Amino acid sequence: MTLEPLDLVQTAQAVTSPDCGAVATFVGVVRDHNQGRPVRSLDYECYEPLAVKSLERIAAEAAVEWPGARLAIAHRVGSLQIGDASVVIAAASPHRADAFAACRYAIERVKQIVPIWKHEHFDGGETWIEGATADPDDEAAKRIARERARK
Amino acid sequence: MQVTIRLFARLREITGSGELAREVPTPADAQAVWEALAQEFPALEQYRPVISCAVNEQYAKFDTPLTEGDEVAFLPPVSGGGGFGARD
Repeated sequence: MTLEPLDLVQTAQAVTSPDCGAVATFVGVVRDHNQGRPVRSLDYECYEPLAVKSLERIAAEAAVEWPGARLAIAHRVGSLQIGDASVVIAAASPHRADAFAACRYAIERVKQIVPIWKHEHFDGGETWIEGATADPDDEAAKRIARERARK
Repeated sequence: MQVTIRLFARLREITGSGELAREVPTPADAQAVWEALAQEFPALEQYRPVISCAVNEQYAKFDTPLTEGDEVAFLPPVSGGGGFGARD
């Protein structure tokens, strides 16, 4: 968790190792529209100690699901502008299928269980974006993340 | 006993503070703390079905027994990542 701009290369390097033939990456970016209205900027707030533990939990889950896969996840908080990267994920694995799957799984789980909140500023107002009720033990949510990862 | 309450996003805005210290009768669980807080700030009440809670920086159930000095956090639905909803 950081207030600073994210570094994709650094995140990828954190998981790269000689036994891994694949590193898949994902960058989540602040988009200029939501629900048909223009977005000016976003503020991200987090509960940092629990956010860090939740990210570690996601990495551990992925390591069980795809043995040999390693994850690095960096999430930015604070005030972000359109086009800024809010989350960067790198998944390394001996083979590409597991790297892609672990990377997708990670972003799905980030959205489900990491205590981060988006405050959207749009023309004429602002609102909190409320997504998923966080429950790390919710098996149905985990199953959805696994299914999306294996698509 | 005294507990520290942490609130985020919309819940923080409703109470006007991200961190509150409150005295609660013993024994208490997270649910009891929430109920006392919702009495103090009735606008919180509607959020109970969708919030999660954490005790001492770990996700916890609302019936987790509390001890003196515990930190109880109430978490509105989370929305991390790059897009805006589950489909993003």
